Formats: sequence, structure tokens, C-alpha cells
Amino acid sequence: MASEIKQGALELVNHLPILQVITPMLIAPILVVFNNKTLSWLLSFVGALACLFISILLIQAVSDGSILTYYLGGWAPPIGIEYRIDAANAILLLLISIISAIVLIFSYSSLHAEIPEEKHTLFYSCFLLCLTGLLGVVATADIFNVFVFLEISSLSTYVLVAQGAYLDRRALSASFNYLIMGTIGATFFVIGIGYIYMATGSLNMMDIAERASQLGDNRTIQAGFAFIVVGMGLKLAMVPLHVWLPNAYTFAPTVVTCFLAATATKVALYVLIRFVFSVFNYEDSFVNELFFLLLMPLAVIAMIAASVIAIFKQNLKKLLAYSSLAQIGYMLLGLSLMSQKGLASSLVHMVNHGFTKAALFMSLGAFMLNTKNVYIKSLRGLGKSMPFTSAAFLIGGLSLIGVPGTAGFISKWLLLEAALETGYWLVAILIIVSSLFAVIYIWKIVEVLYFSESSESYDEVSVLTLMPVWILALFCIFLGINTSLTVDVANMATEILFK
Amino acid sequence: MNSGLNFIYGHLPYWLFIILMLSGLFIVVSRGNLIKKIVGLNIFQTSVFMFYISIGKMKGGTAPILLDKSANNSAVIYSNPLPHVLILTAIVVGIATTALGLALIIKIREEYETVEEDDIQKLDQNDLEKYNKKNVMETNS
Repeated sequence: MASEIKQGALELVNHLPILQVITPMLIAPILVVFNNKTLSWLLSFVGALACLFISILLIQAVSDGSILTYYLGGWAPPIGIEYRIDAANAILLLLISIISAIVLIFSYSSLHAEIPEEKHTLFYSCFLLCLTGLLGVVATADIFNVFVFLEISSLSTYVLVAQGAYLDRRALSASFNYLIMGTIGATFFVIGIGYIYMATGSLNMMDIAERASQLGDNRTIQAGFAFIVVGMGLKLAMVPLHVWLPNAYTFAPTVVTCFLAATATKVALYVLIRFVFSVFNYEDSFVNELFFLLLMPLAVIAMIAASVIAIFKQNLKKLLAYSSLAQIGYMLLGLSLMSQKGLASSLVHMVNHGFTKAALFMSLGAFMLNTKNVYIKSLRGLGKSMPFTSAAFLIGGLSLIGVPGTAGFISKWLLLEAALETGYWLVAILIIVSSLFAVIYIWKIVEVLYFSESSESYDEVSVLTLMPVWILALFCIFLGINTSLTVDVANMATEILFK
Repeated sequence: MNSGLNFIYGHLPYWLFIILMLSGLFIVVSRGNLIKKIVGLNIFQTSVFMFYISIGKMKGGTAPILLDKSANNSAVIYSNPLPHVLILTAIVVGIATTALGLALIIKIREEYETVEEDDIQKLDQNDLEKYNKKNVMETNS
């Protein structure tokens, strides 16, 4: 009997990769059936916690460098769809699950301020579908499956962004523009997949890598790669393709902005990393030149230009959205250095920036519960009347700048080291310049919060609202002090990817 | 000259795919009417569907159905069904995107009473100026 139970438990462990993805997917329709606001929240939260639990088990299983595989329906690859978990995607699964659970705590006390209550059930349902899509993109090892999950997450994201229309009608046009751009991106991605399939006759990442290496220098595969870079560039808001992002982040409900800023662009970047290292050959001169001549300059432009634009923004959500563009520049830069250290810094920055930006957007959301808008002048003197939220914002801001002792410092330091190691002095200097711009725009907000008199006084928000904000702020500090979770796993991941 | 013509004729499906794809993309970028944008997006997506279908087709190939087990089936040429199946999924995604886009257009029309991008931007600009004026008055008073 005991052995049977153990057998059953063992089997469950084997099914973790698929459970990670389908748990939120199965809960989403159940919410709509019950159509009860509180129950919806509760079920979504339980689902997010289950995802979190699974992702912790997964990262424990792969942290020693092993790889978990799962064959859907028992069909072995390359015919069947394979889910493949290694250190690189386990850390992202963990990031997405943690952020979704924290964001759901926040939404319980704040969502009613932005969305009418009768729409809450559908909102949570969409949120879970978005979560499913993001987790699926990360977990799968089948390139067409990546596209399907990407569109599941994108379609639900468009809906979620449009929910901001209850406060500001500009959310609708922001969502529409995002839909147009996102669909063009996804379609470019599909063309890329088509080219790869034409050349190799396979859709499984490992199988393609094997077959492509036998083909040698192949123009079809290179064209496919170029299409995929452009498609993913649109989804991850690489600089000339970023125009959808500032408006989408500004006008979406805060809960959605928080979730997207922390996860969606990172997932698209992860897809790019996965394609470069697991599908294509990163040593290929075509891939190297593309990254060196195209992506590195674009990443540097993003770092500098987006930071400068952020300084002049009065709407704080827009300010943080532009700062997100700059931070995406850092991540792309780490990748385009094409070195182990560079990639590790990119992965660590994905996680650290995820927590940092979520903390900043969420504390803005808490301010917004009182002030009703996020223009910089409405935050005057809130440092006194809302001390806890302001302190959390300050911690997030310090982490964004990269002050020692916070999460942002670790990843920026790694990126600097990687840039110096490869000998790009100018790039290293520009990283520091961009951080100085971050000091300017964060200081602008801190000055308004702490050093200006306010005509109005507000009460501090409720404990339930403060709790998720502070969990994120503490993560910003914790990841700056204890780097075993991020840096060690990222190093393990780069070793697997560079194998 | 002859080889050039052959090159064009031999890759006819690809040329059609390229023309459709570029015209779709051009419509999306150049038109200000939101409905026309969605139409352009559809043409763009359809070109990719055609591309997928054409790469699965074999000259003289039949449908991939096992007709007679006793006969020597290995000699039968059939079209590769996998790209066709893939594109069924992509078509479903495309329909969902179109439906969502149209739903958003309905909402935009309810709020703005126009579906022209330029008009929407003008209205947004007016809103912003009104907001700024109100704030200036508040700070002056």
C-alpha cells in the first residue's frame, strides 16, 4: 500500500511540467460557470498558489543541472509535443508564478477601484488565461506550441489592457494598437517557423538544432531566424518596435500593468534566448553578426533614449513604462554580448527587474487608490500621509537605479562585468550613464513625495493592500543580499544553454 | 532571360505569398481607418496561411489517406499534412484576433464616435489640453 502511494506520488512529480501549465487553464472556465466575484478571486488565488508550489518543486528538481522532459499524450518527440524544463525556464516559471500570486493579493483590495464589480469574474478568467499562455511559452520545447501559447497570452492581454477603459477611454486605442502590433509580431514569428520547418522538417527544438547543424550554412534558416528576431522584437518591445508599450502600460488597470511589466516582455525575451541557443547555433557567424551589428546598438539606444524620455514624463505610469523600455535594453544588451557572463546577467536582470518594476507599479497603484490619478503633482507630500507605500516605492526606485544592497545592483554589476570582460568600454560607460538618468527620474518622484507640502492629506491604504506591495519591496532587498536563487541558477542555466 | 522567367514561374506560390503579404502589411501601416487596418491584418495573415499550405503540397500528391493496406502504398505520393494542420490552428488564432479587434472597434466607436485614427488622436489631444488647462487654473487660484 505504502509503495503504491509512493508510486502515485512519483507519477505526479513526472507530470509537473504539464500541471504547471494546465492548472490555470482549467480554473479559468470554472470561474465563468460560478460567476461569483469573491469565489473567482479565491479560485484564481488558489490556482496561482498551486502554480507557485509546482514551480518551486520544478526549480528544486532542475537546480542541479538536470533536465525534466514531458511527452504530451505519451507521443515521443519529434512527432509529439515535448515540454522541457531546465534551469533557464524553471527560474522564469518561478518568476511568473510568484508575480501572479502577489498581483492577485493586490487585486482583491484594489480592483474595484478600476473595474466595475460585475466584470470581475471575466477579468480573473482572462488573467488566468494570460498566465496559462505565459507559462506555456516558457515550458514548451515545440516551436509551433510557442506560437499558440504566445497568442493565448497576447489575446487575453489585449482584453486586460482594454479594461482600463472604465477609467480612461484611451485604453481602447492603446489596446487596439497593441493588438495590431502584437499580431504582426506573431505572424512574423509564424513565417519564421514556416521557414525553419521548410528547411528541417521538424518542430521540436532539439531535433531542429540537430538537423540544422547537418545542413550547415542555410539561407532559409537564416531568413527564418531574421523573421523570428523581428517578431519577438515586436513582442518584447525592442526599441524601434516599442511604440505599443508606453500607452498599453499607462492605460491598463494597475493590476494588469504590474503583471505585464514583470512578466510579458521577459517571456518574449526568453523565447528569443531559447531560439538563439537551443534552436539555432549561437556560434554561427550570421547569428553573431546580427546580434553585434543590430541588437547591441538598438539595446544601447533603448537604454539611453528611453531613460531620457522618462525624465520628462508627468504621468508616472508612462514614466515607468519608458523606464521599462530602458531596462529591456539592459537585458537585450546582456544577450547580445554573446558571452556566458552576459547571458547570465540578462537572466538575472529579468528576475530582478520583474520584482522591481512590479513593486514600483504596485505602489503607484496604492497611491492611485487615494489620489485617483498618477500625475506627479498629485503625489505631493504623500511621504508623510502614506509613509509605508512611499517607503516601498523608494525601495523599488533604489533597486531600479541599482543602489548596492538592492536587486538592481546585482544584475547591473553583472552586466558591467560582462561588458568589460568582452572589452566594450564604451558600452560599460553608457550603462552607468543610463543609470544616472534613472537617478534623475526617480529623484524627481522622491522629491515630490518627501520634500514638498501637500494641500490634501490622505489615509494610509489598508493592510491588505500594503502587504503585496511590501512583499515585492522585500524581494527587491532580499535578492540584492542573497543571490543564491538568482545568480547560481542563472549560471547553471547559461552552462546548459552554452553547452 | 529564360532562366529568369523560370525562376519567377518556378516559385510562383512564393511570389504570390510575397505580394499578398506586402500589400496586407502596407494596408495596416498606411490606412487610418481601424476597420481597414483589420482587413489589412487579415490579408497579411492569409498570405502566411497560403505559404504554409504551399510548402506542404507535393506535385501530383494526393490526400494523405491510407487507402488499401494490401497494395504497395509506399509508392503513393501524398501531400504533407502537418503544415496544413498547423495552419488550421493559426486560422483559429487569426479569427480570434479579428473578432477581438472588431469588438474593440465597436467600443472605440461608442466612446469616440469615429473609427478614424487621426480623429481619435485629435480627440485625445483635446482631452489632454483640457486637463492641462484645468490644472493650470487650479495652481493659479
